[in-house]
Amino acid sequence: MSKKIADPTIPRIPAAAKFQRWFGRNLIRVYMVIAFTYLFIPVAYTFAFSFNDAGKSNLIWKGFTFRNWQNPCGAPEVCSALANSIKIGFLATLFATILGTMIAFAIGRHQFKGRSTSNLLIFLPMATPEIVLGASLLSLFLVFKINPGFWPTVIAHVMFCISFVVVTVKARIASLDPRLEQAAMDLYANEFETFRRVTLPLVAPGIAGAALLAFSLSFDDFIITNFNSGTVITFPKFVYTAAARGIPAQANVIGSGMFFLALAIVLAGQFVNGRKAR
Amino acid sequence: MGKIRTPYLLLLPGFGFLFTFFILPILNLAQTSTQTPVGGGDTGQYEQTFRFQNYIDAFVDNKEQFARSFIYAIIATILALMISYPLAYAIAFKAGKYKNFLLVLVVAPFFTSFLLRTVAWKQILGEEGFVVPTLRSLGIISQSTTLTSTSFAVVMGMTYNFLPFMTLPLYASIDRIDPRTLEASGDLYANAFTTFRKVTLPLSMPGVVAGTLLTFIPAAGDYVNASILGSPNTKMIGNVIESRYFKIVDYPTAAALSFTLMAAILILVTIYIRKAGTEELV
Amino acid sequence: MSFDASTARGDLILTRITKSYGDFKAVDDLSLTIPKGSFFALLGPSGCGKTTTLRMIAGLEEPTVGSIHLGETDITTTKPYQRPINTVFQNYALFPHLTIFENIAFGLRRRGVKDVDAEVNKVLNLVELPHLAGRKPTQLSGGQQQRIALARAIVNRPALLLLDEPLGALDLKLRRQMQIELKWIQKEVGLTFVHVTHDQEEAMTMADTIAVMNEGQIEQMGSPADLYDNPETAFVANFLGQSNLIKGTISGNDGDSLVADLYGQKISLPKSRSHATDNSIYAGIRPEKFRISLLNTPVSGNVLSGGHIEDVSYIGVSTQYQVAMPWGQELIVFEQNDDGVAPFKKGDAVNISWEPIFTFALRGDEDVTAGSEVNPEVLDEE
Repeated sequence: MSKKIADPTIPRIPAAAKFQRWFGRNLIRVYMVIAFTYLFIPVAYTFAFSFNDAGKSNLIWKGFTFRNWQNPCGAPEVCSALANSIKIGFLATLFATILGTMIAFAIGRHQFKGRSTSNLLIFLPMATPEIVLGASLLSLFLVFKINPGFWPTVIAHVMFCISFVVVTVKARIASLDPRLEQAAMDLYANEFETFRRVTLPLVAPGIAGAALLAFSLSFDDFIITNFNSGTVITFPKFVYTAAARGIPAQANVIGSGMFFLALAIVLAGQFVNGRKAR
Repeated sequence: MGKIRTPYLLLLPGFGFLFTFFILPILNLAQTSTQTPVGGGDTGQYEQTFRFQNYIDAFVDNKEQFARSFIYAIIATILALMISYPLAYAIAFKAGKYKNFLLVLVVAPFFTSFLLRTVAWKQILGEEGFVVPTLRSLGIISQSTTLTSTSFAVVMGMTYNFLPFMTLPLYASIDRIDPRTLEASGDLYANAFTTFRKVTLPLSMPGVVAGTLLTFIPAAGDYVNASILGSPNTKMIGNVIESRYFKIVDYPTAAALSFTLMAAILILVTIYIRKAGTEELV
Repeated sequence: MSFDASTARGDLILTRITKSYGDFKAVDDLSLTIPKGSFFALLGPSGCGKTTTLRMIAGLEEPTVGSIHLGETDITTTKPYQRPINTVFQNYALFPHLTIFENIAFGLRRRGVKDVDAEVNKVLNLVELPHLAGRKPTQLSGGQQQRIALARAIVNRPALLLLDEPLGALDLKLRRQMQIELKWIQKEVGLTFVHVTHDQEEAMTMADTIAVMNEGQIEQMGSPADLYDNPETAFVANFLGQSNLIKGTISGNDGDSLVADLYGQKISLPKSRSHATDNSIYAGIRPEKFRISLLNTPVSGNVLSGGHIEDVSYIGVSTQYQVAMPWGQELIVFEQNDDGVAPFKKGDAVNISWEPIFTFALRGDEDVTAGSEVNPEVLDEE
């Protein structure tokens, strides 16, 4: 590339063809830039306004400050809402991952009567609009005179997370080479040892992914939570009710913090995987 | 031997849970939907009278919101498909070693809370945001036109919020396509457009079906975008169900509406899957 | 852990094994004895039942009927982990989440062997890869993975080592090298090896005894030389190398030899190599046993005259001729290129001759194309 050789014996590529090639190659890049800008505008906005020196309402840019980041719990209820979301998310993830993984192993590793019905039962909650899930569960709680609150919310979250866990873990199990388990059995590991030493470690990344997915679904859920949480305020609920009168900048701090934390976890996971693969 | 029992033992706790907290509530909802208020009772007290008229009343009173829900959801789904397809295609075929990184970038925005992002859009598209003044000064919209509290804002918000549900399944199925099949198509005298129509699109159909369903279903039942980005004129069926529950305490109507919504979605989805010719969903 | 069968040693005896899947019999009434310490190959095209047989020996499948004994011990229904039998799996099945060391130590640890380190290091030295102990399987080349899979199995000193197409994933050159190495290791450790393959060259290079399988049954069993020089069926004649099979009738008896009439030309063949049941036969001659000569050259042994060179292909070490015979058949002849240029040209009128002892005879009612169809499994991998 450093020296241009103008050798007349080398046939030239016509300019029109060159342009077509350049256009074809770069159009897709231009498109990706636009698409990612669209995806990130609200994130950038939320991040920028986490530095806004606003009082209660964070609608208009009033000046730059680090104060919100230094004191993310400064606004009333922000941190208690966050704590509730984390607690609910943790419990819901734990139960949904255990129950969902068991179902995934049953469906992914065994042939039995009612397997297709089982698949349907897993698919249905994902195909039901959230509002119907939330409303129907609330009706049931009311029939049994159970007041909406913390545990009903956990139950609701477990319910809608299970299917996603099953689908994720099942995909991992399906990609597992059955010969690995046969090799373990061949090398004197009984059924339990084979599961513990070979199957489980190999499915573990799928289970971890499913748990992360369940946590983020639970953490971000508003509609189902709104129906079943009663007076318990979760982070999305806090944002929803605060939206009318203006959200405190501390909420933006927490939102941005979550963004960077999740991004770091995912990128670290990719890095570890990438190193393993090499 | 225990071998035959194993799958059932594994299923039991999870399915017991789903039966109690998913199937039973839905059955209970069906039961509620035909109740009527107790004569002389307090608000919120209902008795079973099998009044199926509830469904007709609920539908007639809210047909506008029903129509809006489905129209918004369909438009949002189509927009999401149009935005996601080239993106998923580019990541699958043109990203090289940045493939995984770009996939993370697609999902990353969704690590910030769904509600925070929606509120952010409200402010970006609002009077104080930068979009409206820019468009006004460029003369693209008139001085009196606003973007928030419009159908446009609601549909845009829905498109944005459900985008990863479209992009990820699309990516998964496009990524599975062997690029050599596309080269073979070109070798067999198909131009780029024909290759797309006859090879790429049919091969990515499972992703298109999964993506559109995963976008359409939550979009049709959504009410958060309509509440935050819309106005009373953009209310969707979700808004009605929510207010029937919490503000009016009219459980039978809310239940009937929920059921009608679910039935409508199921019917649409079934027709769609038949047309798309794939039974493989999960 | 209860290890009743684990100490069993001795010959492997399969007695009247059948494995059915619905109406399909993958293995059909098969009986077989594999002597202790031998290198035994099960050879056959894909779908012949060889892998099913191997999986039943490993304990990964149970026979529908029949029994499997190791020495005196009945192991027909024991679990794979209760058998002193280890497998080198096709594509190796190395545990991707464990290091090479832990992969090899896996079986030792399950059996509660004390000095795991020493055993693993010993076997790593045997396969000449001690420097890879800390790596993960994905960081190894195909040939290295193959050796680790072998090490992982033999470290347990099993009574029987099963190899399921162990070299299928390697390229041709590496495969040749590994064949020699495997043979050497088998001698070194003195274990019984049972090797499943569809590659006849591989089986012939390594095994002491080969059982050729077809449609769930054993066609013929014997040493590589036996099978090659004296095939009993058309399937074996065609599956192991190439054969020229010429229709004829037995017309006479001459001491240890038989006289056969092939389209009017008399030849002789040893009685010990005739598997015919009546006078109708197919006379079989391997292509490299033929000699070609011009009409005026004197020849000895069996002679078939009236041929014309139809096609000449030069393949380096040898030249392959197709010779059209008066009765319409084309015979294949391999001539070594040990005297320079190929001496025959297309259209030359020639005689074909060979030593009578190289002739074998098959039943006259056989399907002469059996075993000669192009094997799709071979095409896939080469």
